[in-house]
Amino acid sequence: MRQPEKLLYSKTHEWVDVATAGGAKVATVGLSAFALEALTDLVYIDLPQPGREVTAGEPFGEVESVKAVSDMYSPVGGEVVESNAAIADKLEQLSQDPYEAGWLVKIRISDESGLAMLLDYAAYKKQCEEEAH
Amino acid sequence: MDSTPAPLLRTPLYDWHVSHGGRMVDFAGWSLPVQYTSIIDEHLATRAAVGLIDICHMGRLRFEGPGAAVFLAELLTRRVADMELNQIRYSLVTNDAGGILDDVLVGYYHNAYGQPFYVVVVNACNRRKIVEWTLAHLPPERACRPGDEVLFSDVTPLWAMFAVQGPRSVELLQPLVDVDLQSMRYYRGAQVRILHPAAERQGGIISRTGYTGEDGFELSLGADIAPGVWQAILDFGKPLGVVPTGLGCRDTLRLEAGMPLYGHELTEQIDPFQAGLGSACHLTGYDFPGRDALVELKKQPRRAVRVGLELVGRRVAREGSPILADGRQVGTVTSGTFSPTLQVPIAMGYVAPAFAQIGTELQIDIRGRGEPARVARLPFYSSQQNEKGT
Repeated sequence: MRQPEKLLYSKTHEWVDVATAGGAKVATVGLSAFALEALTDLVYIDLPQPGREVTAGEPFGEVESVKAVSDMYSPVGGEVVESNAAIADKLEQLSQDPYEAGWLVKIRISDESGLAMLLDYAAYKKQCEEEAH
Repeated sequence: MDSTPAPLLRTPLYDWHVSHGGRMVDFAGWSLPVQYTSIIDEHLATRAAVGLIDICHMGRLRFEGPGAAVFLAELLTRRVADMELNQIRYSLVTNDAGGILDDVLVGYYHNAYGQPFYVVVVNACNRRKIVEWTLAHLPPERACRPGDEVLFSDVTPLWAMFAVQGPRSVELLQPLVDVDLQSMRYYRGAQVRILHPAAERQGGIISRTGYTGEDGFELSLGADIAPGVWQAILDFGKPLGVVPTGLGCRDTLRLEAGMPLYGHELTEQIDPFQAGLGSACHLTGYDFPGRDALVELKKQPRRAVRVGLELVGRRVAREGSPILADGRQVGTVTSGTFSPTLQVPIAMGYVAPAFAQIGTELQIDIRGRGEPARVARLPFYSSQQNEKGT
């Protein structure tokens, strides 16, 4: 089980879990519970196909609610090795279980400079509390 | 977030909204809840049972005096002088060029002394503009013309207004008022006593009107008793499945019902014929601002007309998205959302008349990607109970 307290977060509300697999660093990325709670009423998600190159700080997909559409930003540079395409047909799972069933993409990291910009749980929580006001 | 302190107006229900999880947003300068739980849940509850919504932000302008009927007939696009008592009409206010300044409901009532008065309900975003427009046409010498006086007041802060919308609206409200709601026709109203201790023996105005495409009512009542009556409606309605609803589902409901929203489908740059609202303009009676321009516009070919659009995919077209035919822009989206009832993205927009036929295959450019869409009949949704509006 992924514990939200042990994950890293971007200012744009993606969570990141970095693990080493077969000698390569792989970042699993999803949306935080705070972001999903703010969005509500999800109707659509667009995820990149495996093989696509993504750039740190650039959009890797979009998520749409009844109210608005939002870009999702890649916290690292690298190649998408897996994406959770099945989640598009069960968006309620994304909101219910954002850190396990609701993972979105796995990226083999080629540029990890973005990792240094990420927030730990305490810092991210503080940002969310400020945004909630 | 933005720290510029804008003093938002608060309705009498503000504290209730905040203490019940309302997500407060700035809507036309008012702090109102966009939702309490989920827009989709609140939407579906309104379609299936009944929803209660705070619409105290709507501007309420009151006209009375012996000259009121003729004054309004010379201000609004719709006839007023022939209205029956307790009748309500949908009308426009146009500028001298025939552009739409606002879309309004005008209701005709008698006060406790049997004197006639009219209530014009205007959009919150246009209230100041319409008050100024009214005053510009009502100089003291007109307002005080002997035997033809017009008394005009903006009563918005004094009166609260709720909408109760959904198939169980009659059941919910009937015990709370002293008129028979079942027999009240669409676009009719009545002055009622509110039969609940929270109303402190006060009355109000109830009308069979709404902005959801569903059967329902709008209730105007004193701002001071509003929180108590609001709570009473929720308590009474609990067994019927009533839910408090926010502005988010008001928008998705009206879009499904094909109803235009000022600032989106209606602006000063749009004329009533383009908007499909020619029937709200009576061009042969009283002379109102814009009448001559409308007589001319009616003869001319339209540059663009309002249409409904249904998308094939899941991505939602939003306001401003270009509408394309074979890669060439033929129109623009003015509102779009995901329809909770139909489970597809829907939109309204303006297209060149050649592309306005029901079923025409078009594309909508959504953030750089063309998505297939089809011109759809409006409304997207209509309930069986709702007769055609008048």
